[in-house]
Amino acid sequence: MSEATSAASADRARTTEAGPVAGFLKATELDTRMLGMIGALVLIWVGFHFLSGGLFLTPRNLWNLSVQSSSIAVMATGMVLVIVTRNIDLSVGSILGFVGMVMGVVQAELLPQSLDFGNPWIWVIALAVGIGVGALIGGLQGFVIAYLGVPAFIVTLGGLLVWRGAAWWVTSGRTVAPMDATFRLMGGGPAGSIGATWSWIIGLAGCVALMLVLVNGRIQRKRFAFPLRPVWAEIFLGAVGAALILGAVWVVNSYPWPIGIVRRHFEGQGLPVPEDVFIAHGIAIPVLIALGAGVVMTFVATRTRFGRYVFAIGGNPEAAELAGINTRWVVMKIFMLMGALAAIGSAISTARLNAATNAQGTLDELLVIAAAVIGGTSLAGGAGTVAGAMLGAVLMQSLQSGMVLLGVDTPLQNIVVGLVLVVAVWLDTLYRRRVQ
Amino acid sequence: MSATQTPLVELTNISIAFGGIRAVDDASVDLHRGEVMALLGHNGAGKSTLIKILSGAYKRDAGEIRVDGKPVAINNPRDAKHYGIETIYQTLALADNVDAAANLFLGRERLTPWGTLDDVAMEAEARKVMGRLNPRFERFKDPVKALSGGQRQSVAIARAILFNARILIMDEPTAALGPQETAQVADLVKQLKSEGIGIFLISHDIHDVFDLADRVCVMKNGQVVGTASTDDVTKDEVLGMIILGKCPAGATPGPGALSAVA
Repeated sequence: MSEATSAASADRARTTEAGPVAGFLKATELDTRMLGMIGALVLIWVGFHFLSGGLFLTPRNLWNLSVQSSSIAVMATGMVLVIVTRNIDLSVGSILGFVGMVMGVVQAELLPQSLDFGNPWIWVIALAVGIGVGALIGGLQGFVIAYLGVPAFIVTLGGLLVWRGAAWWVTSGRTVAPMDATFRLMGGGPAGSIGATWSWIIGLAGCVALMLVLVNGRIQRKRFAFPLRPVWAEIFLGAVGAALILGAVWVVNSYPWPIGIVRRHFEGQGLPVPEDVFIAHGIAIPVLIALGAGVVMTFVATRTRFGRYVFAIGGNPEAAELAGINTRWVVMKIFMLMGALAAIGSAISTARLNAATNAQGTLDELLVIAAAVIGGTSLAGGAGTVAGAMLGAVLMQSLQSGMVLLGVDTPLQNIVVGLVLVVAVWLDTLYRRRVQ
Repeated sequence: MSATQTPLVELTNISIAFGGIRAVDDASVDLHRGEVMALLGHNGAGKSTLIKILSGAYKRDAGEIRVDGKPVAINNPRDAKHYGIETIYQTLALADNVDAAANLFLGRERLTPWGTLDDVAMEAEARKVMGRLNPRFERFKDPVKALSGGQRQSVAIARAILFNARILIMDEPTAALGPQETAQVADLVKQLKSEGIGIFLISHDIHDVFDLADRVCVMKNGQVVGTASTDDVTKDEVLGMIILGKCPAGATPGPGALSAVA
């Protein structure tokens, strides 16, 4: 008993010695790496805001940023698992292009032959076909990687060429447009957003979920007598989390529909156009899809047997095999999942463009990999988080949007993004060395 | 250990070759309930390879494995575990980036009724078994790579005994341990033996295992030199088997024994 007390007081002494910052980090158990990334993001945002003369931190720009990040963010959630198992997928951009063409042809050319124009099933069938094709392609590549033993780098490098070529073949290079009206909602825009009321409802639901997670975590720790976070730290985490969620909702609810669209909306319903009307966008549907993918993939990675195997394989493939894990099947499933997520990313970007083109998603694979790596996924395998990768996607998109706002030339944009990627990974290497 | 009893496990005429090198050549060995069989030999004598065939890590080219007298097909580690064969590998085979409980249950996770990982139950059981092996072990939340060599070893051992092993294979189990921890492992071996578990103890150092073992089996160049009860041979005679391949009178010679010159 006395030993336990003295150990506890020694702990406390160490905390105070280490200064208030370290004490705060220890109490809240926040990941310093994640905090660093958020810090970098804030720095980039504020920097662009001043450089652009106050154009960056506006509801309009932030709303656009959230929509533009969605497709890459969805794919980055899968790339985390791929990289964690010491593999790579260079083909996601091409899969996105090919699947986009397939979905475009299905909804714009095949289905209208048998279904009425605008039939609500069209988008469902098109999306299901797309996800099926994506998973099939991923499964095929995964099979070659896992069972035939060809390195993932080579297989997906081949895939990069194959599926880009296949995207051209679907319609011999012709662009398919327009997309089904319901399908198009997945791309955002005024109609593809859920409006102010629903945004608040989802925001509040998110806050409630956050509280439940915190309370449940505390109950579980108590049950097994694990050290608890101080109560103030729990309240602090809950308050900051809720403030961030509600703040984000407030921002997207501050971005009104453009006046032209408002007018058309009311005229379309045969109503007089009121003066000074404010219709908020609210959360865009692609952002909801990305958030949903993030939640589901985080759950898969941390709470399921499959996720546990993914990380075990990344940590020590031989040990995983000796522990009786069917490592090949797990790897194949990861690539299937990656293919399906590329299909969802494809649905978002095809819907947003309102067209399927064979060049769609070119170089997306590099953005996705960069997002995952900036987000803390280790190329040596075994480490990475889905949330980090999504944040990485937002960071990459912020850089790009910011430079567009500043009117930076495209070649220079590429130079900056490339340099940022290298510097970010270098800093991460330094950080990891210090932690160890 | 009566010879009339059916052995717990029998490996007969096992051979495996890697690209023309016969790593194990026509080796036979058996193990009874509650018996410690030491498998001795130089580095590269084929001990680990032979045992990896039993644990399912390698597929044999020829030979037969019998458990309780019945021939069994062991094609992968899952098959071996199905027959109650658990292995502590020389390399420990731990996934370094996850915690102790995740390693203990790797491949055999406890699930909640909703099919998600039951980390709470796994950790509770991990605490129980680790408490038995290494009462001072406290670092259940850290990834295994943060642990000391001895702690990692206890995790590997705990994993092997957690699932009611009937046959335990320990490949150089004390290689990374200090004297005190080595003594702990010796105590554990005696305890498991009294519970009726058959143990293969692999070592290149005869002093580590001679006092623990009931029988020794010596290998050289992939072949069995001979098998003997530790009551019938001296340490020096066993050393002669290891170094020269000379089979003493008290031992049953195998195919690798130096032809009866001595």
